[in-house]
Amino acid sequence: MSANLLALFYLVSGILFILALRGLSSPETSRQGNYFGITGMTIAILVTFLSVGNFGTGFIYVLIFLLIGGSVGAFIAFKIPMTAMPELVAGFHSLVGLAAVFVAISAFLQPEVFNLGSPGDIKLASLIEMSLGAAIGAITFSGSIIAFLKLRGIMSGAPITFKGQHLVNLFLGIIIIFLIYYLCRSQLSNIFWSIVIISFLIGVLLIIPIGGADMPVVISMLNSYSGWAAAGIGFTLENSALIITGALVGSSGAILSYIMCKGMNRSFFNVILGGWGATDQTSNSQTKEQKPVKNGNADDAAFLMKNASSVIIVPGYGMAVAQAQHALREMVDALKKNGVKVSYAIHPVAGRMPGHMNVLLAEANVPYDEVFELEEINNDFANCDVAYVIGANDVTNPVAKSDPQSPIYGMPILDVEKSKSVLFVKRSLSPGYAGIDNDLFYRDNTLMLFADAKKMTEEIVKSL
Amino acid sequence: MEIDPFIFRLSIFILSIFVGYYVVWSVTPSLHTPLMSVTNAISSVIIVGAIIAALADSSGSVFETSNIFGFLAIILAAVNIFGGFLVTQRMLQMYKKKKK
Repeated sequence: MSANLLALFYLVSGILFILALRGLSSPETSRQGNYFGITGMTIAILVTFLSVGNFGTGFIYVLIFLLIGGSVGAFIAFKIPMTAMPELVAGFHSLVGLAAVFVAISAFLQPEVFNLGSPGDIKLASLIEMSLGAAIGAITFSGSIIAFLKLRGIMSGAPITFKGQHLVNLFLGIIIIFLIYYLCRSQLSNIFWSIVIISFLIGVLLIIPIGGADMPVVISMLNSYSGWAAAGIGFTLENSALIITGALVGSSGAILSYIMCKGMNRSFFNVILGGWGATDQTSNSQTKEQKPVKNGNADDAAFLMKNASSVIIVPGYGMAVAQAQHALREMVDALKKNGVKVSYAIHPVAGRMPGHMNVLLAEANVPYDEVFELEEINNDFANCDVAYVIGANDVTNPVAKSDPQSPIYGMPILDVEKSKSVLFVKRSLSPGYAGIDNDLFYRDNTLMLFADAKKMTEEIVKSL
Repeated sequence: MEIDPFIFRLSIFILSIFVGYYVVWSVTPSLHTPLMSVTNAISSVIIVGAIIAALADSSGSVFETSNIFGFLAIILAAVNIFGGFLVTQRMLQMYKKKKK
């Protein structure tokens, strides 16, 4: 196949990938979009086989490895519970990163295969591109592994910080740039290996200081990195499908990171440069005098909601931990039978990754047109009878609007306190991730339901 | 004067960033998780590089070190392609409208 025809086919793949993302603008078109994506991938793989034109023993091995990887992927995709989606995505990011590193290594070892020159005499531009691709890929890999371990709970979600951490990272970054420069002058393979190894180290150091609830930013950021790594490799291989895809994925991840940061009213650098709790805990610890709270049980909650005309559900990460989404759906069904109007309010950073809550609710068969984003629903709290907060905390804290001293001041929050009464399901009065007390607990219109989110919801279903 | 082909690739790259920017802003927030899993799947198009690396037999053998890295990359990318698209499909299947 001629190189020109090949390039055109790669362009078609790239366009199909754009359409795949375009499809996600609404749930109706999204499934079709996914088929576009699959078609684009199939085209890219098929024309690559045709262009190499080597159907000997190597080809058989490629097919075997493709099938092994494919079956593992398919198995994971069907088995994974929806609550584990954040760690799955983090795990997948690490694979893209490592694949980019491997491809860069092969290109460095056998540059003539990719028309990049010969070992020891690789084109300057290609050398820069492949070392950047390898470095970003390696950072993506080790960073995603740390994110995966934290999300999975194998590693503590608490930020790990040490003195001079940022200086070390800065120093390592400068070393990488210096090594790439040196690699271009010397073409020494030891330098190339050093770049890869130091990048692995940077990835680890970059993610360990970031705490559990900042994971939505981390995952989006690593998503973005995996795209830039792919683009770097795309430049090396002079492959437009990879360049287009890398750019798409890179900007997609960047936008998601931006949305997540905005949802917490924090700058990107503030998130990257260390945990919330680590810096702001001092100001709030002394004001911990015991304030009275109203304590209720399932029957009270059932009574309140049954007699309401509208109820808004506010789910958060706690719902995912307790796997309470199905029980919640049953409760809502029971309420609807009683003629109560029910909707769901989702804060942008609820859960551990962008859109996490929406997927869990969809899994529990909640129709997506009952689920609303913060801006769409926030005004409705004033006219709603009961807000049922399940597993969310900081995102409902009115302090974000009133106290400029608070670390979460300025963060957009759900105006839960404006509803006539608030039911707050929580295991204890402990503060949320930001380490601050939630004012909402002590309001007159708040009834605390101290229990596991799933158990409490099931009990409410019974008393309804 | 001739234009370096690199400039063309750079143009593709920058224009694609813009396309990505506008396309991703139009993605509905409720589908942000599928967006992440599908971007994951498509970034595994890096498999084309892996295939080229794996199939190269410049020295008459397909088991040079560089081939082996190619094969490893194929496995990783394949996990991602199949896993990514299938899990996206599984999620998207769950998004349903209210029954009228």
